[in-house]
Amino acid sequence: MSYLEYNVKHVPAGLRKVLHLNWALLLLITAVAGVGFLMLYSVAGGSFSPWAEPQMKRYALGVFAMFVVAMVPIWFWRSVSGFAYLVSLILLVLVEVMGSVGMGAQRWIDLGFMRLQPSELMKITLVMCLAAYYDWLPTEKTSRPLWVLLPVLLIIIPTALVLRQPDLGTSILLLTGGAIVMFLAGVHWGYFAAVISMVVGLVVAVFQSRGTDWQLLKNYQYRRIDTFLDPSSDPLGAGYHITQSKIALGSGGWTGRGFMQGTQSRLNFLPEKHTDFIFTTLAEEFGYIGAISLLSLYALIVVFCIASAIANKDRYSSLLILGIAGAFFLFFAVNMSMVMGLAPVVGVPLPLVSYGGSAMLVLMVGFGLVQSAHVHRPRQV
Amino acid sequence: MRNKTPTEVTEIHTRLSRRALLLGGTMLAFMTGLGFRMRHLQLDQADQYRLLAEENRINIRLIPPARGEIFDRNGIVLARNEPSYRVTLVPEDAGNVDAVIDKLATLVELDPNELDRAVTEMRRSPPFLPVTIADRVSWDELSRVAVNTPALPGITPEVGLSRYYPLRGDLAHVLGYVGPVSDYDLSKIDDPDQLLRIPRFQIGKVGLEGRMEDDLRGVAGTKRVEVNAVGRIMRELDRREGEQGDDIQLTIDQQLQSYAQARLGDESAAAVVMDCETGDLLAVASAPTFDPNLFVEGISVADYGDLTNNDHRPLAAKSVQGTYPPGSTFKMITALAALEAGVVGYDDTVYCPGHMEISNRRFHCWKRGGHGQMNLVQALRESCDVYFYDLALQVGIDKMSTIAAQFGIGEKFDLPLSGVARGLNPSRDWKSSVRGEDWVVGDTANASIGQGFVLASPLQLAVMTARLATGKAVPPRLVKSINGVDQPLPEPPRLDISPTHLAEVQRGMYAVSNHRRGTAYSKRIIEDQYRMAGKTGTSQVRNITAAERARGVTRNEDLPWNRRDHGLFVNYAPFENPKIAVAVVVEHGSGSKAATPIGRDITLQALYGGTPPLSAYPTKDRNRIEKQQEELEKLVPGREITRRNRA
Repeated sequence: MSYLEYNVKHVPAGLRKVLHLNWALLLLITAVAGVGFLMLYSVAGGSFSPWAEPQMKRYALGVFAMFVVAMVPIWFWRSVSGFAYLVSLILLVLVEVMGSVGMGAQRWIDLGFMRLQPSELMKITLVMCLAAYYDWLPTEKTSRPLWVLLPVLLIIIPTALVLRQPDLGTSILLLTGGAIVMFLAGVHWGYFAAVISMVVGLVVAVFQSRGTDWQLLKNYQYRRIDTFLDPSSDPLGAGYHITQSKIALGSGGWTGRGFMQGTQSRLNFLPEKHTDFIFTTLAEEFGYIGAISLLSLYALIVVFCIASAIANKDRYSSLLILGIAGAFFLFFAVNMSMVMGLAPVVGVPLPLVSYGGSAMLVLMVGFGLVQSAHVHRPRQV
Repeated sequence: MRNKTPTEVTEIHTRLSRRALLLGGTMLAFMTGLGFRMRHLQLDQADQYRLLAEENRINIRLIPPARGEIFDRNGIVLARNEPSYRVTLVPEDAGNVDAVIDKLATLVELDPNELDRAVTEMRRSPPFLPVTIADRVSWDELSRVAVNTPALPGITPEVGLSRYYPLRGDLAHVLGYVGPVSDYDLSKIDDPDQLLRIPRFQIGKVGLEGRMEDDLRGVAGTKRVEVNAVGRIMRELDRREGEQGDDIQLTIDQQLQSYAQARLGDESAAAVVMDCETGDLLAVASAPTFDPNLFVEGISVADYGDLTNNDHRPLAAKSVQGTYPPGSTFKMITALAALEAGVVGYDDTVYCPGHMEISNRRFHCWKRGGHGQMNLVQALRESCDVYFYDLALQVGIDKMSTIAAQFGIGEKFDLPLSGVARGLNPSRDWKSSVRGEDWVVGDTANASIGQGFVLASPLQLAVMTARLATGKAVPPRLVKSINGVDQPLPEPPRLDISPTHLAEVQRGMYAVSNHRRGTAYSKRIIEDQYRMAGKTGTSQVRNITAAERARGVTRNEDLPWNRRDHGLFVNYAPFENPKIAVAVVVEHGSGSKAATPIGRDITLQALYGGTPPLSAYPTKDRNRIEKQQEELEKLVPGREITRRNRA
């Protein structure tokens, strides 16, 4: 018995849908975006230009996009999932081809009003496609090798393309995001256990092979790993960013140095202070309290999404919401780990806060899908 | 595909929810981990990171202190700090650097070397740091630049401080000079002051500037500035003013010093004037001299070559560094040694036939025909050598050496000057340890007339004369006060010499310049209240062989300059109430006649506190003296020099 057959008449229609949006979620998102505006205003030295103002405009555009996406019934999105994935994949290949044709390492397509990064788009469409796949696939086939191989290919192809750009951060997000959806869909534990033990084995092999004849990485690659593990070993080179970031974070203390008083960001000791390292500025200026508050907001967004997914009896909707929530979680978890020196600097922005157009818009479209699934959820008669 | 039953749907959804909760739990656990990590960084290690952040942002810059100034005893400036003008350029603000430099070249004369250096510096340093384009520009040029700054982006006219010696050469050997810190200077200091790292910082190199560097330099101020990641100064946080260097007042009298320097002229000569009672050095002159201002910014190779290739050695401070055989000026010491030892009485006479045989060698008197019967006063007056040979042979070198030491011969005086000479007060021990030979009688005979091994600097001769005049162990003194605090002036102890013996020697010295047979009689002072007591001296720089003597000794003036005898004269005045002691040495001056008039003229200048009236001079000299006075007055800078601008 399908969704369409017994539920459609109970779903709100027309403008009444607006009342059934998940307003609490939107409020949380806006709060996080607000923190972003504040920090962009601060790192520009108390000015709306060059970052805070465009960011606010983009957010307004994002909210509009979210509404549009939310108004469209979720079953429409399910039916175009495979198509959306294909379009993203073609765009990714296109960027790759254009890059090799001679425009340099370009990751975006210029749409006139903004630059669209297909890799950003892929984060959402991959989740959509996988959710649709598992909605379609009979549950008893979920763990059969052939039916596991297909989604693995769906994940690996775009990941490989993104990795070639090269964009390590995004490819990790794609890989992990896809794996989360597969895990939720009920793929057998054994597969994950096997992959994880293989990765661990590989890491051990890489380290064990160092200095021997069968060394797996080049020497400079080992040095990069060393720098990550101990940034102070190269304080002015590759370790500089992470060292300065930790100084900024640490000097915040309980309550921080005050709005626009952070010396590390103000005096340009922080790299990429308006994008990847914006969290450090927050932690420097608002201290532990500010940082924990933002972390709590993120946690609440994730919790709301999970609650919404569990309450939603539609399989596609649940998988989609959880997949998007997972991608969102990965975004900020990787970014925060990075600035706190827990992960290597891979270039992942802080979602909704870091300055950047594509990421913001794609995320808002993602949340539009979450809202659409919420509005059009099956209701008991 | 078959439709699922509602039970199946619920079952599938339950499995999904289970995994969703598991995932959610993992996420929350990870976030908690992040929270704890944050807590660790922000709270547990906050102090450490706060410190690191401060170290990052705060830079300490030095503010160089103004160097202490040097004044004479009357407050006339001898060394001061002058504004030094330079033009700097900030490449970042200039935009098109070449165009700006071209425009600047129309206003200021640019030194191509300086420009090359500036261009290299620009390439190496960050674009926001100023680079000196023109150094030591004149005030006119600076004003032209200042007026045109709107058309010269990035150009700043700047004012710094640089040392200036208004007297130029007149006190060069005492003051010494400053110069830019060199690597050699730094290598000599264990823990150099951070100030010395400032490019072109001026440090005392020699003389008083070098020896009293610690007093003169002052303490650097600091300003704490906030800098950004590339080192650009964002703002000044606070500033702690440094301490200006101590001002030093010397015992030197600038007017007398300048006179003495002018009076020595181009001779290779030295003159020291000392206050008999206090030991204050009123003038310490050495000629020829040099302009210490040449050294301040670094002297050119050509100028330095001129100074070092000159056989009159202008860079040497002959008055304190040069040592000479004192010649007959040492005879007072021999006389006192004999009197103190009791080997001779005032009226005992010695017959001078013009020479004396000592251990089979003939020692000559300067007067070939001999002086005949001589007593002490007569022997000093006419400088009879044979009389003093006789005395010396009786008293021996040991007693002479002891007396000489009391008068400062062989003593290294503690003055803040470079290379203060010890001279040489010879003794048996000295000869056996340094030369590895035994002292012989001939050595004593030579020493008795200030030849042989005896060496003294003009400073030591002035000290000796002051002690002869007062009977007190007056030490020389150069620094009157530091930063307004007078240096202590302890009462000098009396010499261990019988006053009656001393008086007898003084009588002999008086006769030298006031008895018509005295060696300095023609250069006497007529004015009764200022009559002087002195002693002439001639010291040989070569041996006269027996063969030469038989041929007839060549007239000194006919010898090459550097083979001629040194001329010396020491004196004190006024005789009854001694105020000043003077010592003059003229290198290769062909005997004492070169030194005596200089000593007399300086004495009169000092006693009158300016140009003396002609009535103080012997009648027949007055015409010549009048001309000399006119010429010298042109050379001695008036007191207005201190206020005259150097441009």
